[in-house]
Amino acid sequence: MTQYKKRKKIQHILHYSLLIILTIFIIIPFLLGLWTSLLPTADISKGALWSSHISLDNYVTAITQTPIIRYLFNSLVISLLTMFAQVIFCSMSAYSFVFLKFKGRDLLFYVFLATMMLPFEAEVIPNFTTVRDLGLLNHYAVMIIPFLTSAFGTFMLRQAFLQIPGELKEAGDIEGLSHWQYYYKVVMPYSKISVYTLAAYSFLSSWNQYLWPMLTTFSDNFRPVQDGLRQLQSQETFNNWGMIQASAAIIIIPTLIALFFGQHYFKSGLNEGAIK
Amino acid sequence: METQAKNPNFNIASKKKKSAELSLGYNPYAKDKLYAVLFLGPSLLILALFVFYPMLRTIYLSFFLTNNLGKPTVFVGLKNYFALFSSNAYINSLIATLVYVIAVSIFTIAIGLVLAQAATKKVAGINFFRTIFSATMGVSVSVAAIFWLFIFNPSVGLLSQLFTALNLTPINWLTEPGWAMTAIVISTVWMNLGFTFLIFFGALQSVPYTLYEAAQIEGVSKSYQFFHITLPMISPTIFFVSIITLIESFKSFGLIDLMTAGGPNNATNLLVYRIYQDAFLNGNYGLASTESVILAVIIALFTFIQFKVLEKRVTY
Amino acid sequence: MSIELTNISKTYNGSDFILSDISVKIETGEFFAIVGPSGCGKSTLLRMIAGLIPISNGQLRIDDEDVTNLPPQERALTMVFQNYALFPFLNVKDNVAFGLKARKMNSSEINTRVNHALELVNLTDFSERKPGELSGGQRQRVALARAIASDAKICLMDEPLSNLDAQLRNKMRSEIRELQQKLGLTLIYVTHDQVEAMTMADRIMVLNDAKAQQIDSASNIYDTPSNTFVASFFGTPQMNLLPITLKENKQPSDVETNLKFSITNSLKAGNYLVGVRPNALAIDEVSSKTNAIVTNIEYLGTHSIVHAQLDNSLELRIEVSSTHNLSTTERVSVSVTGNHYIFSEDGQKLLNTNGGYTDGNASQEPQLQHSI
Repeated sequence: MTQYKKRKKIQHILHYSLLIILTIFIIIPFLLGLWTSLLPTADISKGALWSSHISLDNYVTAITQTPIIRYLFNSLVISLLTMFAQVIFCSMSAYSFVFLKFKGRDLLFYVFLATMMLPFEAEVIPNFTTVRDLGLLNHYAVMIIPFLTSAFGTFMLRQAFLQIPGELKEAGDIEGLSHWQYYYKVVMPYSKISVYTLAAYSFLSSWNQYLWPMLTTFSDNFRPVQDGLRQLQSQETFNNWGMIQASAAIIIIPTLIALFFGQHYFKSGLNEGAIK
Repeated sequence: METQAKNPNFNIASKKKKSAELSLGYNPYAKDKLYAVLFLGPSLLILALFVFYPMLRTIYLSFFLTNNLGKPTVFVGLKNYFALFSSNAYINSLIATLVYVIAVSIFTIAIGLVLAQAATKKVAGINFFRTIFSATMGVSVSVAAIFWLFIFNPSVGLLSQLFTALNLTPINWLTEPGWAMTAIVISTVWMNLGFTFLIFFGALQSVPYTLYEAAQIEGVSKSYQFFHITLPMISPTIFFVSIITLIESFKSFGLIDLMTAGGPNNATNLLVYRIYQDAFLNGNYGLASTESVILAVIIALFTFIQFKVLEKRVTY
Repeated sequence: MSIELTNISKTYNGSDFILSDISVKIETGEFFAIVGPSGCGKSTLLRMIAGLIPISNGQLRIDDEDVTNLPPQERALTMVFQNYALFPFLNVKDNVAFGLKARKMNSSEINTRVNHALELVNLTDFSERKPGELSGGQRQRVALARAIASDAKICLMDEPLSNLDAQLRNKMRSEIRELQQKLGLTLIYVTHDQVEAMTMADRIMVLNDAKAQQIDSASNIYDTPSNTFVASFFGTPQMNLLPITLKENKQPSDVETNLKFSITNSLKAGNYLVGVRPNALAIDEVSSKTNAIVTNIEYLGTHSIVHAQLDNSLELRIEVSSTHNLSTTERVSVSVTGNHYIFSEDGQKLLNTNGGYTDGNASQEPQLQHSI
């Protein structure tokens, strides 16, 4: 009896050790980044990871001497607009594939599916020419218009819409709801979780865009954070580790907070997308 | 899922069309075409302009030499392709990409599984660990690059200091070819873990608990349970994550650009970075298009496999 | 292999008990059912016996050996689950062999056992199929085969038939019962279905509110339910429970209500609940002294359930032969013809069982319908 309990206890200790080791691997880059953002660069350069001058000076420098806040604002505008656009356009096309009856629907759906196979990275050359010819370079629009919709988002919402019981559509028909009414009164609220998941997903992917904005934006007025950080790094500030880390922290804190609160939705949504 | 898509009332409708009732002037699907144009039109337009057209254009360009504005000048047929496959630099880049992709996928999956498995056991404070494990999901590529650049920094970096403290010679992480690849792989894996953890964690939660109870009653050991119950039960998810990770790694660009810029000695010059260099730094759009086509083929292949397998495994 | 539970309790926080003070001795070869509504803790109790969940308080003995703190595999038992717990990626044979393989038994022994088990459940022809290709009943039999193959003499079953349709359930009931007899298993069977418990088990434990309400054979539970919970849980249609007030001067004679009950034992004046099964009531259509109005009739073939409202507005269920000519809103006379039970006012205790009679007359004194 005591042996059984002892074994349980040892298992418990081993389990916690594993959890802690894993936590260290995951969290060290965060902690180190946050910690050094509080240290004077002079101390960091000497290789010291401890300093008697712990302050928010780096943050002040980052905010006052670099366009980091402007970058954040740019990213926020771009990501929010992309997010809303994708939610609207993806849900409308998904609706078409599930609830509308028209010629060539299945063919069009396969066309959508096919686009999921094509990586954007392999298409940047003609796309660059297109936006240049359209006169969109170096503007918010260039980072939003190509991403107004997504095949993946359409596919994901289509899967969600297929789960809506057919009786609901029939009930809607009896009540005389038009497609438009059925779309925003029934379908969207019913698939709330999937819609939120798509919103989070499109926001994050827009936020994490790197190659495309790098090719198409040349001024701090429109540059999003990812490329803004690259800019800071490539400039003379490169060795100002304290300030760079402070900039990184300024960028990451909002996303971490959003993630923390959105975790629940994200988890269930992601898995629905992955399993079904 | 196809049967569900074809809503039963659609069939009723098609029958109705043939019957005399149509002459009464009522067809519930009369307006569908209009709605389809309205609902699907914008998406189709965007996809056509920014996905289909550029793909065709890329294939087209891959048969040409181009001027530095990206306009085709001389038709060269498959010469760009031959040139690539006989170029050591490109072959090396392909190999480097494969090494990177495989290493990233293996470590992402393995560590992701360990994280998820460790987080399933309900012990005190487990929610804290779960939150930490999913945290890298909120890290964007540039932030990850900065964090890891600092850790790998040869003079002030954490690893160098650690090595020095242990009386070892510090490694020049980002300036020695083999180590640069290692550093890139570590950073990418770290970035991937949040997402992978969440997916695996969800999959583990959906394994019926009674399977483990049945095993416990038989006196089956924990490791036997893991290999003979857990792994087979979540194998579809493992497959899904593997493909996603493979595809995403083939498309890696940001970390490379920020951490090594393809160096040292092109050791981390992966496919997408090469496309960027050839097109936008060297102005060789034709060749870069050829590289794009190859990349697209590789990725389309993996995506296609994924679709096929996902279709097949509906049995359980 | 006998199993003895002594004051077994389960609590997760030390104060709220999911189960408290469960004691029973289950004999070798006994078919023992644990029955109760969902959430009563019956599955928890079963998992504690299995060793899947630790026991908070009390002692569990198997064959007189204390196993309270032993892990499941050292308790030499086997278990069948509600959702069958089959491995979808293994075929029938490998599912049955799973535990044996994990225990590294030699393969010829495994083969013999698996084949024997599959034979017993008539699944030999399906041994290469995956669970996904089997019907619900067949899956259930695979789960049974796995339990049989393990050769343990104690088998625990957690609502094994609740995912099957009604017809199949009937068939499987007798199959399980036969297997249990043939193999001489000590079987603990958890179910929420009182019919299942009554038809299969030697003895039944009725669980509710974290406590064992009654432990007895099916007929004893039906004939002498120890409280109103047990009384209304067993038997379909449900027993009628009516509040009555006994007056000092009426004791020990008949109770004047709309319905007449005979109370033979002496009971103090006060409030009680009286229980009458629907088949212990009768309807007289021709009587002129009516005491109730028919509100609904459920036709069930050979018999019907008549819902009637007494003049004091209490609802009654009455089982009658389907040859009746009743119709709704008809006024009738209801009388007690069989057993009835007197429970304490809170329903916790059976005080008295009566083979009652009445003269079939409705009460002449509607003003006396006091609290009922």
